[in-house]
Amino acid sequence: MRALKSLVSMLSAPRVPRDPAPSRLAYRMERLWLTPAFRHAVRVGMPVMAVLMAGIVWLSDADRREAMSARLSELRESFENRPEFMVGLIAVEGASPAVDSAIRQMVPFQLPVSSFRLDLDALRARIERIDAVARAELAIRKGGVLQVQITERQPVILWRTAGGLEMLDETGHRVATLLDRTARPDLPVITGEGADAHVPEALAILRAARPIAARIRGLVRVGERRWDIVLDGDRRILLPQDGAIEAVRRVVAIDRAEDLLGRAISVVDLRNPGRPTLRLAPERVAQFTSSDVEVTGQ
Amino acid sequence: MIDLYQSQRAMRNMRRAALQRGVIAILDVGTSKIACLVLQFDGPEEPREDGLGSLAGQSQFRVIGAATTRSRGVRFGEIETIGETERAIRTAVQAAQKMAQTRVDHVIATFSGARPRSYGLAGEVELTDGQVTEHDIARALAACELPDFGAGREVLHAQPVNFAIDHRTGLNDPRGHVGNRLAVDMHLLTIDARVVQNLLYCINRCDLEIAGLASSAYVSGLSSLVEDEQELGAACIDLGGGSTGISIFYKKHMIFADSVRLGGDHVTSDISKGLQISMAMAERIKTIHGGVHATGMDDREMIEIGADSGDWEKDRRQISRTELIGIMRPRVEEILEEARAMLDAAGFDQLPSQQIVLTGGASQVPGLDMLATRILGQNVRFGRPLRVRGLPQAATGPAFSSAVGLCLFAANPQDEWWDFEIPAERYPVRSLRRAMKWFRDNW
Repeated sequence: MRALKSLVSMLSAPRVPRDPAPSRLAYRMERLWLTPAFRHAVRVGMPVMAVLMAGIVWLSDADRREAMSARLSELRESFENRPEFMVGLIAVEGASPAVDSAIRQMVPFQLPVSSFRLDLDALRARIERIDAVARAELAIRKGGVLQVQITERQPVILWRTAGGLEMLDETGHRVATLLDRTARPDLPVITGEGADAHVPEALAILRAARPIAARIRGLVRVGERRWDIVLDGDRRILLPQDGAIEAVRRVVAIDRAEDLLGRAISVVDLRNPGRPTLRLAPERVAQFTSSDVEVTGQ
Repeated sequence: MIDLYQSQRAMRNMRRAALQRGVIAILDVGTSKIACLVLQFDGPEEPREDGLGSLAGQSQFRVIGAATTRSRGVRFGEIETIGETERAIRTAVQAAQKMAQTRVDHVIATFSGARPRSYGLAGEVELTDGQVTEHDIARALAACELPDFGAGREVLHAQPVNFAIDHRTGLNDPRGHVGNRLAVDMHLLTIDARVVQNLLYCINRCDLEIAGLASSAYVSGLSSLVEDEQELGAACIDLGGGSTGISIFYKKHMIFADSVRLGGDHVTSDISKGLQISMAMAERIKTIHGGVHATGMDDREMIEIGADSGDWEKDRRQISRTELIGIMRPRVEEILEEARAMLDAAGFDQLPSQQIVLTGGASQVPGLDMLATRILGQNVRFGRPLRVRGLPQAATGPAFSSAVGLCLFAANPQDEWWDFEIPAERYPVRSLRRAMKWFRDNW
């Protein structure tokens, strides 16, 4: 029994007392590992670096880069071209037929088109460049409809130029060209260089002259600074640069009191507010000078 | 002397840097175990309403790592085999670091050996401008006449313990007092320089910076004496493995320290020799069955002291506990008598209170209190270290009183001589000033 025991102890590994002390290297490594900066660098910095390096190495090959970009664009294409993103119809609302067709011709792409490709802002700017369109609102509605809500400009006045008749809105912006004056007999006419820039003033003058509207043929901008009212029979009312509306009111008042415009007068000159002047019609001048009518006052 | 001044100062600065970083290690290099504690300083706690703090203001640190390992290569508290001790220190530091989950770079070390020797120094200076300033204290400390403590010895502690102004003595802090003469008593503790050199070498080999050194007798007194005992006079006897440290405290200062080069390991080796068993077995039966006071019951309590020799008779030996006590008691008596002799030589019987506190691993022998009372006098008690925050239960025993005391030392060090500026030789300045004065008076 004892012999067996000693045999067993001989066969088993020789007992070397284990040294619990860490080796110098292990000790240093552990201290290094317990250093916060180093620990952070290993746990966060190194994985990040490794991933970045792998990515850079993979991308350094031109063929792979090309293949990846092709694949990416293909993916993008297939996603964009899904039926739920396609726009197949344009609905224009609030536009006259001419403007409607103009807008439809203006759309720079073939329908159907993916809504990702639509640049609604650019399209809106483009539509608003049409003179007849005051404001356009674009929206893509459910069901692939591009809805264009148009607010048109309303023509309020005609501007006769050497080129023809232009319809202007109340701000003086061009709406469209009118080929035939008789198509819009309801609109007053203005003419003269730079008249379109003073449409609001012209409209105010016309509003003030409404009592004599039947006689008015139109307004003429003279010297790009003041207005003349042209009446039937080629008679004129010359308005001052400042206070034109008051002058018109004055003429209207005199006309109502004295029937001024019913008389043979060719020009009513109000350019100098302190000194309004009348010019007789030339055929009546001879008659006036031959008789001995005493003229008093102004 | 200036050399030492500079190196101690460098250590002080290192300690300050470590406290700023917040983590410092405590290393107790003993004969039977090496303990390493990792302290975390997280600033002073918020003051309570009554102005007191918990643990008498000692709670500004926390123990976050603690490890103990069997000491190797140390005898009589002195490093004998540098490589072995270095490995043991590495083991303890690594385990403590692992528990603390942080790296420590600064370490404060204590050791019990190196033949400490105490000197009482006195210095006296005239006060130039009435009131005592820090500079005057430094001058008074510099005026102490250094004894010839021999070549190859270094100053470990140099603590001013008492200040006197004219005829008023017993001042703790003389700054601001007015008088003509300032006298200082200083306690100087010198140790063998080569022992310290070995310890520093070991610690440097572990990539640690040394931020302070303390005598183990001093720090175990710090942790195991209560405040009253330190004030009224008490001796702390730290019964360690390889040496027994003795420190006497009076008015909250250590006034004497010495060590007996005998300890618990000698008891173990006595048992080993007397019973012819291995040291490990002797240590085992000493800790399990040991004692110093035999009773009739102990005759019947038989202890198996097996061996692995293969001889039936030898392997089946039994001894009674009385026999074991008979081996242990003379050695323990010898240690205590040596300590008694040292206390007598130091004039311990002159102190108002003569409390003796036994601490250290070897103070756990059952029955030691009765033996100690017979040899040391009636005022004997056992001391355990102060409780500090975060200290594991395993490290609260008397064997850890020097480690815990070192924690307190790290947190609140006593002012030492090198904490004051060296008074510059101010003669040139003064003569220039005199010349200026002469000019001003005579022109």
